Amino acid sequence: MSDDRLTIAGIDFRSRLWVGTGKYKDFIETQKAIEASGADVVTVAVRRVNITDRKSENLLDYISPKTYKILPNTAGCYNVEDALRYARLARAAGISDMVKLEVIGDEKTLFPDTAGLIEAAKILVKEGFIVFPYTNDDPIVAKRLVDIGCQVVMPLAAPIGSGLGIRNPYNLKILMEAVNVPVIVDAGVGTASDAALAMEYGADAVLMNTAIAGAKEPILMAEAMKYAVWAGRMAYKAGRIPRKLYATASSPIEGML
Amino acid sequence: MRITLNGEAREVTEGQSVASLLADLGIQAERVAVELNLTIVDRQTFTGTSLRDGDRVEVIGFIGGGRSDDDER
Repeated sequence: MSDDRLTIAGIDFRSRLWVGTGKYKDFIETQKAIEASGADVVTVAVRRVNITDRKSENLLDYISPKTYKILPNTAGCYNVEDALRYARLARAAGISDMVKLEVIGDEKTLFPDTAGLIEAAKILVKEGFIVFPYTNDDPIVAKRLVDIGCQVVMPLAAPIGSGLGIRNPYNLKILMEAVNVPVIVDAGVGTASDAALAMEYGADAVLMNTAIAGAKEPILMAEAMKYAVWAGRMAYKAGRIPRKLYATASSPIEGML
Repeated sequence: MRITLNGEAREVTEGQSVASLLADLGIQAERVAVELNLTIVDRQTFTGTSLRDGDRVEVIGFIGGGRSDDDER
């Protein structure tokens, strides 16, 4: 599986499990969980630097941009203007041209505002960003995102942080067939089987944060997720057997007494 | 003179540069982005950009977060 690389916009990704860096107890736990997950991509949020307490440590002291691909997000942005501002600031901070674009539509569900997402993505693609759009499990929106130049789409499995798993597997399958770019299932995974299932359906990668950081034992769950994503990917490539209503004997009839 | 830095009032010396402000704050310039009156300051010009009275400065970096639900709002 080591040669089974994911390539997006000419960038090679080693892992198919991508992780967020929020909600951990401290930076040590963040670091250990990310190591255990085997992820080579981590998402980070863009925020004001703490001016008053300069002794406070920096996440990037623990998660080195030399080791990991840092994917800044626009989490917390509820309109196009804010999302553009955060994306541009993230790029100006000099780590990469990649941005995980979130334009959130509603505080209760944190569902994406897909109209705003398409509008913002269009502008950022023109400005040379590699846009990773956090979107709904809507194949038509996914196609629109690809039409305007997104080289990847990131549909949700369920609401962010909900842990509900894949709510609409059929939409996700249609979405994966509808676009010719990598599909990364983002948000809503609760446990290892959800991640495996997403990969079995044909997702190119899975991105999660809460499912690991919120587990009782985050480091152990990170490792479980690593294997789940591997298992799901291998099963997808191996090709599952068709479902049949009745039994098919595994042992030959010949030679029976 | 007085500027607004990350939303809070702050006294700085007349004509202080962005680079010197970051140094005073103990911030590594290569890990942050600076916005001056809503316009991003190119990091190549941190030294040559002087602050003026009333400027609104934002110093932005990366924190742990992966998801919108990390947001405190």
